[in-house]
Amino acid sequence: MPLIKLTNLHKSYGNHEVLKGISLDIAAGEVIALIGKSGSGKSTLLRCVNGLESFQKGSIDVGGQPALTNAAGLRILRQKVGMIFQQFNLFPHMTAGRNVMLAPMVVKQMSAGQAEEIARKMLDRVGLGTRFDSYPGQMSGGQQQRVAIARALAMEPLALLCDEITSALDPELVSEVLAVMRDLAGQGMTLVMVTHEMRFARDVCHRLVFMHQGQIHEIGSPEHIFAAPQTPELRQFLGVEAA
Amino acid sequence: MMNFSTWDIIHNLLLAARWTVALSLAAFFGGGMMGALILFLRVVPNRIAGLVARFYIEVFQGTPLLMQLFLAFFAPALFGMNVPAWVAAFAALTLWTAAFLAEIWRGCVEAIPKGQWEAASSLALPYIAQLRYIVLPQALRIAVAPTVGFLVQVVKGTALTSIIGFVELSKAGTIITNATFEPFTVYGCVALMYFALCWPISQSSRWLERRLNAAHQAH
Amino acid sequence: MGYQFDFSDVLAYWPVLLYGVVITLELTVFGTILGVALGIFCAWGRTNGSKTLRIAVGLYVELIRNTPFLVQLFFIFFGLPALGLELSAIEAAILATVINLGAYSAEIIRAGIEATPKGQLEAGASLGLTSIETFRHVVLKPALARIWPALSAQIVIVMLGTAVCSQISVQELTYAASFIQSRSFRAFEAYFIVTAIYLGLALILRQLLRLCGRFLFPAQRHS
Ligand SMILES: Nc1ncnc2c1ncn2[C@@H]1O[C@H](COP(=O)(O)OP(=O)(O)OP(=O)(O)O)[C@@H](O)[C@H]1O
Ligand SMILES: [Mg+2]
Repeated sequence: MPLIKLTNLHKSYGNHEVLKGISLDIAAGEVIALIGKSGSGKSTLLRCVNGLESFQKGSIDVGGQPALTNAAGLRILRQKVGMIFQQFNLFPHMTAGRNVMLAPMVVKQMSAGQAEEIARKMLDRVGLGTRFDSYPGQMSGGQQQRVAIARALAMEPLALLCDEITSALDPELVSEVLAVMRDLAGQGMTLVMVTHEMRFARDVCHRLVFMHQGQIHEIGSPEHIFAAPQTPELRQFLGVEAA
Repeated sequence: MMNFSTWDIIHNLLLAARWTVALSLAAFFGGGMMGALILFLRVVPNRIAGLVARFYIEVFQGTPLLMQLFLAFFAPALFGMNVPAWVAAFAALTLWTAAFLAEIWRGCVEAIPKGQWEAASSLALPYIAQLRYIVLPQALRIAVAPTVGFLVQVVKGTALTSIIGFVELSKAGTIITNATFEPFTVYGCVALMYFALCWPISQSSRWLERRLNAAHQAH
Repeated sequence: MGYQFDFSDVLAYWPVLLYGVVITLELTVFGTILGVALGIFCAWGRTNGSKTLRIAVGLYVELIRNTPFLVQLFFIFFGLPALGLELSAIEAAILATVINLGAYSAEIIRAGIEATPKGQLEAGASLGLTSIETFRHVVLKPALARIWPALSAQIVIVMLGTAVCSQISVQELTYAASFIQSRSFRAFEAYFIVTAIYLGLALILRQLLRLCGRFLFPAQRHS
């Protein structure tokens, strides 16, 4: 049974159809990269899976349960899948520790003590054990993004959705975030990431999904996608057309 | 005719100014509480609540405070009640203040980046918790300066209550003018007293704005 | 003991109401045109003027913004004759409105001016424009376009504020309400109707100002 099952997902903004029937099964522990041109619908797809966008047709099942779009259903869905954003979106008025503690306390009704224990563990896991009391404004972009990862992990999600999580970072900070993602993948975390880091996608991901104009245009293992792209669109995207 | 020295004028105006201060503070706090309620109706994702709040704000911002005072003064008479001027003054100023504060605060809530709401959503926080832990604490910070600034409008607004007969600084000015026939001196003093009340508030609002902005950039 | 509302008594005085609307609009139009002109001058004085001018404008702006319009009106109408300046009620009302809006718009326009990108000034200077010419041709229009929504809101506030001019017996809308209620003994109805008229005027004025903005500043699409 797949952990996340998307069936014929359709999404439009007004008349503009952005997702045109996406079906995809994601197994537990799988690491998937979504690639594709700007505007192909990668972010929209992730945001649908996290319930940040509504969709018109199709279904999303997580852990065998259909995701409902009412408030209670969204709450359950979001406890199962965490999301990490390009712009980190840390809460600037809270310390790193508090950022991580908030959801366990409010959503899972943990005591402050328990939540702090988890927060320290998660910050340790992303290599920021010493920055518990720092505010986001006092940290580098890479550190902030790692706190955001810890914050999502603290809810013990079944899967993490990552939307271009290194795109807002200075080049020298990218690797520290990718290292954390690599560790997570190694520990068996299910990851669905939109990324432009092709080397990372090739080395770490199990499957690559190439999106084009709101559809899954090509899908396969990294070897397959990089070595033997089937469609001209993918070849053009990878820049191997001339070869 | 009584003889008023300039000192008498100032002394009597100062006594009346106490009522200006009292009414301003009462209306400001009353309006603040009511404004919080309107703000809640305005931002909560419910169409009816939003419409009610918008209608309220539209009406109180789109009509003269003086009319609101008149209506507050004359409406109870419809039910056979006669309210003293201070009650009508307090009621009208409170409702008026609430509309403006709600609108100011809504601006502050909307200034919070969408990503903050989304991050809170993605952590499964319910709507009320998103407001309480994420949005309001940040909005409150940027709301401080304009809220303090609006207190100046409230103080100036209290001058209109003189027209429905509440004796505060402006009304005292008119009374004393009628007794002394020295409108230039009296209204000059009245103006200076309002200035003495309002200017420090304006300045502190500006100072708060600068300070909070500077703190923000240090982040 | 139900109160019987009766708006017909009040509406029978429609010519009085209409006259009131005309006077309110007169105050608003004169107040706006002259007030914004004064505001532009003061904003220029505060950003580009000599030190004395800056201080004088600053004093004026602070003094007006921190005192009630009603007191300004009384001071002008009742107080200034002591200095030999006798004004009719409507003149005093217009003067007070102009002075009031002048101070507020000065502050608003100044913010717009200060948001001018530095490169614009340098470009103006590099074309050989004097500072006044740069102000007129390069700075002012974009600055006004920038702050037009805020200025529009202030103009609506000023229109509503003219209600107090009834206190020096200018025969505007509020005066009409008092007049009608004293004749018809229908205070609530009279004030209710006039309040509704003000609300209508405010909505129309806001739309008009938005159209003006679109017409005056076609290049910049603000709201
Ligand atoms: N809120 C919105 N309203 C209307 N259209 C939108 C909205 N968000 C996205 N779109 C449109 O949906 C399409 C897909 O956008 P999406 O952000 O999913 O693309 P993407 O693949 O993530 O691109 P990028 O690589 O630039 O992030 C685009 O054409 C975009 O213009
Ligand atoms: Mg995207």
